[in-house]
Amino acid sequence: MTAAVGSRPVKGSTSPLSSAQTRFGEGLLEKLFFFCALLSVLTTVSVIGILAFETYNFFQKVPMLDFLTGTRWTPLLEPKHYGILPLISGTVLIVLGAALVALPVGVASAVYLSEYASERTRNIIKPVLEILAGIPTVVYGFFALTFVTPLLSTIFPSISVFNAASGSIVVGIMVLPMVASLCDDALRSVPDALRQGAYSLGATSFEVSTRIVIPAGLSGIFASFVLAISRAIGETMAVTLAAGATPNLTMNPLESIQTMTAYIVQVSLGDTPSGTITYETLFAVAAVLFASTFVLNLGGTWIMRRYQEVYE
Amino acid sequence: MTEYNSILKADALTIAYAGAPAVRAVTLPIYEKKITAIIGPSGCGKSTLLRSFNRMNDFVADVSHEGQIRYRDQDLYAPEVDPVEVRLRIGMVFQKANPFPKSIFRNVAWGPEINGMDGDINLRVETALRQAALWDEVSSRLDDSALNLSGGQQQRLCIARALAMEPEVILMDEPCSALDPVSTAHIEDLLFELKEKFTIVIVTHNMQQAARVSDFTAFMEMGHLVEYGETDQVFTRPTETRTEEYVTGRFG
Repeated sequence: MTAAVGSRPVKGSTSPLSSAQTRFGEGLLEKLFFFCALLSVLTTVSVIGILAFETYNFFQKVPMLDFLTGTRWTPLLEPKHYGILPLISGTVLIVLGAALVALPVGVASAVYLSEYASERTRNIIKPVLEILAGIPTVVYGFFALTFVTPLLSTIFPSISVFNAASGSIVVGIMVLPMVASLCDDALRSVPDALRQGAYSLGATSFEVSTRIVIPAGLSGIFASFVLAISRAIGETMAVTLAAGATPNLTMNPLESIQTMTAYIVQVSLGDTPSGTITYETLFAVAAVLFASTFVLNLGGTWIMRRYQEVYE
Repeated sequence: MTEYNSILKADALTIAYAGAPAVRAVTLPIYEKKITAIIGPSGCGKSTLLRSFNRMNDFVADVSHEGQIRYRDQDLYAPEVDPVEVRLRIGMVFQKANPFPKSIFRNVAWGPEINGMDGDINLRVETALRQAALWDEVSSRLDDSALNLSGGQQQRLCIARALAMEPEVILMDEPCSALDPVSTAHIEDLLFELKEKFTIVIVTHNMQQAARVSDFTAFMEMGHLVEYGETDQVFTRPTETRTEEYVTGRFG
């Protein structure tokens, strides 16, 4: 009776539920996956480690206070000065300009896409935005140099050939699709019931968008801002081409400047022997770059959480 | 029935989605300061009809209308009519409570503010919340988020929000379907008080509710208005067999 129809023969095992043999590859695959996951952790840890190590070496030669508060950055010229403020001001100038372009235009595009556009229009505009996001950044740099700067010089004849304005405009255009697309997602995830409720109180489309939908989608909108600013800080190619290589403590967008990323490119391209102080400036600048995006991302997460409490 | 004054009237109204009619040649007068219930099985067109009364169907793609809806002798779908103006006079409460993610106070004050209504906004909010029988429960925490209220309180807040606009007509689309019996009883009690000042049209799945609260009942099936009359008559002496079958629970 025990050998009922369909019962499975058990090979030399006392428990009927234990597997007769280790299933092929199970353990091996698990190790492979673990290794892949470990790889990115190891990369991050080693990058941070190397950054910290070389930055430490740099601070053995240049006091940290001089580095962080100095107003002249001339590591390649005599007399050498290692004050990073000009590079930070250059980066801030690019980020502010880019934000000025990308944030309002991005939010406005998202409002149009999610609140006004017909399904057909959406289906045309969304792919175009994605193409914009896929253009290589060097093309943007070239575009800034050969199109935006000449255009600006007709308005501001005093503008330098390399200037912060054209760099920040193209960086703004570059991050615009990301802002528009993320904000569009945020606005579309606002429940339709809220819109209907607002319309039933005699609101116009504009009032519904600006006073109900945007506030309700604010956490997503902030998230897109933080990501966009992070990307603008890290943007390299376009600003290297368009904004120049002149460390310059200024807030005048018509002047030539240098960003932290552009400095890294400039020095990496030359023959800088490792162990020299010039070589170590690369890591010190990179550490500041890393710290600023890191803080920004943390701050962004914090803001998002705060607003989520209020709005959900 | 002729001695009553009709404020809204669907006249040979047909509403179609992408050519498929959801409401077919319905003629239905809504009487002032009365409660009119629209009942019928799912998909009979009752919500579509209700939403045409304040032009909320405008947001549905590919919807078309034939016939008329007259509000005090003005055709609501005439080209010169601004739907915003329509909705200022004909408010709505939805099936699922949809308070804005704002404070209790802001929820009620929002409509009057965006429409630039005069007067003391605090008084207006208090009046609306009192009319919606919610004031005593929330007066001490008007700045709390509306989302912290219970489901029944949220629905009464949505009623208060509609009342703050001082509309003439309030449309209610199954306002109790997501609520427990106690909250439902609260809202039904409220309806009796509201009809002193407002005209109410309520769509409901719940026949007992229609029988309890309404003065007039319309029974719809497959887009047609099968029967319309005073609620007592529709529930006790229906003239149509289908109505009798429905109100006695034989189908639907």
